Amino acid sequence: MQSTAEKNQIRKVIFASSVGTLIEWYDFYIFGSLAPIIASQFFPKTNPTAALLSTLATFAAGFIVRPFGALVFGRLGDMVGRKYTFLLTLILMGGSTFAIGLVPGYDSIGFAAPLIVLLLRLVQGLALGGEYGGAATYVAEHSPAERRGYYTSWIQTTATLGLLLSLGIILITRKSLAPNDADSIKAFEDWGWRIPFWFSVVLVGMSIYIRLKMHESPLFSKLKAEGKTSKNPIKESLMHKGNLKMVLLSLFGATMGQGVVWYTGQFYAQTFLETACKVDFEQTRTILIWAIIFATPLFIFFGNLSDKIGRKWIIMAGLFLAVISYRPIYTKMLAVASTNDVVLDESKTKIERVINPVNGKDHSIQTTTTVRLYQNGITEKLVHKDTLYANGLEKPQSLDKLSKELPDEGYWTMVVLIFVQIVFVTMVYGPIAAFLVEIFPTKIRYTSMSLPYHLGNGVFGGMTPFIAVLLGTLYAGDVLVGLWYPIAIAVVCLVIGTIYLSNKIDPEVND
Amino acid sequence: MNTIKKYLGLVWIALAVYSYSILLKTAIERMKLLPTTDTIIQWSIFAIIFLPIAIGFVMFGWMAFKGAYDHLPVASDQVED
Repeated sequence: MQSTAEKNQIRKVIFASSVGTLIEWYDFYIFGSLAPIIASQFFPKTNPTAALLSTLATFAAGFIVRPFGALVFGRLGDMVGRKYTFLLTLILMGGSTFAIGLVPGYDSIGFAAPLIVLLLRLVQGLALGGEYGGAATYVAEHSPAERRGYYTSWIQTTATLGLLLSLGIILITRKSLAPNDADSIKAFEDWGWRIPFWFSVVLVGMSIYIRLKMHESPLFSKLKAEGKTSKNPIKESLMHKGNLKMVLLSLFGATMGQGVVWYTGQFYAQTFLETACKVDFEQTRTILIWAIIFATPLFIFFGNLSDKIGRKWIIMAGLFLAVISYRPIYTKMLAVASTNDVVLDESKTKIERVINPVNGKDHSIQTTTTVRLYQNGITEKLVHKDTLYANGLEKPQSLDKLSKELPDEGYWTMVVLIFVQIVFVTMVYGPIAAFLVEIFPTKIRYTSMSLPYHLGNGVFGGMTPFIAVLLGTLYAGDVLVGLWYPIAIAVVCLVIGTIYLSNKIDPEVND
Repeated sequence: MNTIKKYLGLVWIALAVYSYSILLKTAIERMKLLPTTDTIIQWSIFAIIFLPIAIGFVMFGWMAFKGAYDHLPVASDQVED
């Protein structure tokens, strides 16, 4: 039974760790959420070198650098200590995020702009790779055995809350830069996108202040006082057969499936809403925001439940439910946003045509906006842009953009469908920190648990939206073909986890 | 159960080799079909990043086949062996 003083102490530990980790996720996600604007500012498609850097910034930060960060900072955390290592990752993340908001655009400093942004993005990936393992380990090493799942589940909420915060800050900034929406969106795309990056420095400053007041993990302090810390944590994690087999089992029996379920529920779902269902920008974000708000308490619920019934079967149940329900859920999402065979209310169709000359150029842009209302309540907006040349000799260039606004019923059905997917995320992700912490010994815990976590989430999970979209282009006939990637990975993970993992809760992580 | 764990090890080895060969084949086909910077970089990164993971999966299968997962450690000294 914990005393009040002990409870207060663990609450402080959780708060200090969670706030910092949440901010790191916020910093990592705003780059992804603002990718199209960042690409137009720093990575013009007309310049092949800039396009190359853009691809590297997208892929390398998530897939290569994160696991590398797990090794670098994991090693540091196992040798120097948890507290100073995850303080360092926070400073690196906050500094690089703030700096991205300061870099002048490609138009001002040319090739240096994408190069600086790429380097800063790599630092972000590196810092993120080092952060999570430290925070999870730090909290777990302060927690009593019977509450480890519950306490570490607070750390598990941070990734989702970081996404929520990034979506919220972006939406608020996008709407508040001018009295009317159109001017505000224009200002946001011009310079206002930098504000969410600058805002990070306030959050990071607060978090550093809080973390500086914390003490080192008691288990690590004891180990250090006894001179038993590892001299080479990477070697001990990967070269000792007994530990390596657990690193591999953690990856293939838990984190790879957890990673794809997480990225499908929170990222692919967003991409799918926007690209396949054609739901408009704002509705897509608010649907996700509502679903996250409703589902987030379940991270704590499943973390707590894992203290009572074990971690394994909750994670496996989440994988199983995801496998059997992804295709029905996404089929329903398509149906909710569909206007096929729905009667069009012709009397409410509006067409508006505006011609804007382009300053200093010999052409103008004609924008034709057609708004149609269907009898199922969906409002469809088709924006068609033509480039009209003054000399009349060149062929006009056209560009179409279709978006749909869902009526209330369709909107809330989408919220429920995304919510269900995030429930699966809470099942696989809520207990995973406690699960990983209990597998590895204190002296190499930071390194050993960070690696399978970031391979599972960064590589298997992070690739979900890209591979799903790629499958869609390879097999264009099936809109749902992209789901086979997360389903296949989750099935393999489910089989391995069910057969090879133990459901036993380790009562003693002080070893 | 240990017999199932053992022989499934061979399945994991086969699955690792098969999956990676499919990935490599697709990567080469896509790069030949559309040799742009984006395509080459994307598929090269996929091929490179999944290579150590495929090797890890083969090792996992091999360890399972050799009975390394018949008994899971219950204390750290067993992990460090």
